[in-house]
Amino acid sequence: MTNEFSESLEKKLEETTKLGLEVVKEAAEDRLMKLSVGPQHPGSGHFRFTIKIDGDYIVYCDPDPGYVHRGEEKMCEYRNFIQNIPHLERPVIHDSTNITYSYSLAVEELLGIEVPRRGQFIRAIASELNRQVYTLYWLAIYGIFLGHSTMFMWPAGDRELFIDLLTALTGARVTHAFNIPGGVRNDIPDGFKEKCLEYVNYFEKRLKEYENIFYNNPLFRQRTENVGILTKEDAINLGVTGSVLRASGVPNDVRKVEPYDVYNEIDFKVQYMKTCDSFARAYVPFLDMRESCHIIRQLLDKMPESGEVRMKLQSNPKGIPGEAYKRVESGRGALSYYIVSDGSSRPYRVKISVGSFRNILALPHLLVGSRLGDMPSIYWALNYWPVEADR
Amino acid sequence: MTDTNSITESNIDTITESNTKNNSGSSNLKIVESDLKIENSFYSELSSQFPDKVQLVYTKPKRIKIYVKPENIIEVAFFLKSHFGLDHAESVCGTDYPNENVIEVIYHLNSYSREELSQIIFALSTKTDRNSSYLPSLLPVFKSVEYHERETYEMLGVYFKGHPRNERFLLPEDWADIPPLRKDFRIKGR
Repeated sequence: MTNEFSESLEKKLEETTKLGLEVVKEAAEDRLMKLSVGPQHPGSGHFRFTIKIDGDYIVYCDPDPGYVHRGEEKMCEYRNFIQNIPHLERPVIHDSTNITYSYSLAVEELLGIEVPRRGQFIRAIASELNRQVYTLYWLAIYGIFLGHSTMFMWPAGDRELFIDLLTALTGARVTHAFNIPGGVRNDIPDGFKEKCLEYVNYFEKRLKEYENIFYNNPLFRQRTENVGILTKEDAINLGVTGSVLRASGVPNDVRKVEPYDVYNEIDFKVQYMKTCDSFARAYVPFLDMRESCHIIRQLLDKMPESGEVRMKLQSNPKGIPGEAYKRVESGRGALSYYIVSDGSSRPYRVKISVGSFRNILALPHLLVGSRLGDMPSIYWALNYWPVEADR
Repeated sequence: MTDTNSITESNIDTITESNTKNNSGSSNLKIVESDLKIENSFYSELSSQFPDKVQLVYTKPKRIKIYVKPENIIEVAFFLKSHFGLDHAESVCGTDYPNENVIEVIYHLNSYSREELSQIIFALSTKTDRNSSYLPSLLPVFKSVEYHERETYEMLGVYFKGHPRNERFLLPEDWADIPPLRKDFRIKGR
């Protein structure tokens, strides 16, 4: 009797344990919630990433870019070296001078041509102005991400100054198609130098106000300081670039480590910080803007008064068989082109390596373990431009 | 030059603008351009370590390209990382050569941790058969190649053995054609 009783009791206990385990397992699965951020999220841009959250903490992140993939690299194989320029600036229209800069440098090596000295200076001026335009736009969007509407209005307004300068210089607001192999498309207009100096001087004063309103703002600091720590070792291993790398204490800037065109004649400092957090990643582009003002002033000062700005090319130039790898510093870090030529007038293969694509590797690394509320400040501080990453 | 300390209290000591050696890059540059010293010393050291496994393709100012067979690429890459301090890949590029029936994959390596080497791009090249394109993944050596290799997989159909995710990345999920960067893929209407 007792034996039977204990047997049935054991059976019941076993069943309950089994049931209990299942309940626990189900509950553990229920704890995790899967969220899809983007591609329609107002902040993410044309980019989607899947995250899983446990309460308030992100435990899993998988980026899924490609919503604006255009196949730029394939398109390059169907057009000649000159025809490629207008479509190559589409991935990042706010920084269109820099994305065609390294292309021009690489094609110049393949065609065996040199840029006249005045052309090199105008190129550098245009790319510095364009970097300001991009960084201001990026800063404005960061303001939206953090719910700081003044931070959207001010940079978006001041960006117009540089757009005006670039319109006077190139004839277009954002897509300039200004850099071409052999130099720049046209010379600077009359009175550009004075206008440029005036705007840069004004902008430098504005930057001081930016610092007080944005970077010393207690709310901005609370949301970014000690958030998303990317250590120096991790930054190097993940191969991130640009402001993300410099915010982690690595003073690496292509303009300094491998000066192209006239940058070896310019006196400037590589801006970097050692705090490794989102605040540093937001502050380094600001320091870059300030340094860029000095660079523009020096470039205007040292530019030769007259001379050719481009080397005339024949109508359908043919490349020397071989390959070239050239890089420049864009608003989002090193931007490099690897171009293979087979001796015809079209490139055989074009590979674009962009800062944005290299920086998304840091996104899962930083998001896993952080709070959901920190997601916007981590994501946009990575200086990531979805369209550029997709190419 | 700038009033660096205008940012407040807590961050003053962490913000540095000290890239003390101004224009040091440019003076270095002239030496390199004249005799390709660093580039050639790279190859001589590498060839003494791997006598018949590495093959020099070219040296140009600040550029060096070396060809290795797929079976040797991991040990050569590991040596490059541990011995020279080339710590990350800037890009991984696959190129299709249908006439030779090969796909060439190039890793453009660079160094952040050694300042004197960060001006040099080291191209590590390897080739695989076009019809059965398999290569060992360099992910165990360089963490930074993860997405680049995934992109090469979908764009050229090179399967990276040892890579955890040979999956779609940039292309649509329902892509049902051959890898688009192969030369026999034609854009419609062209």
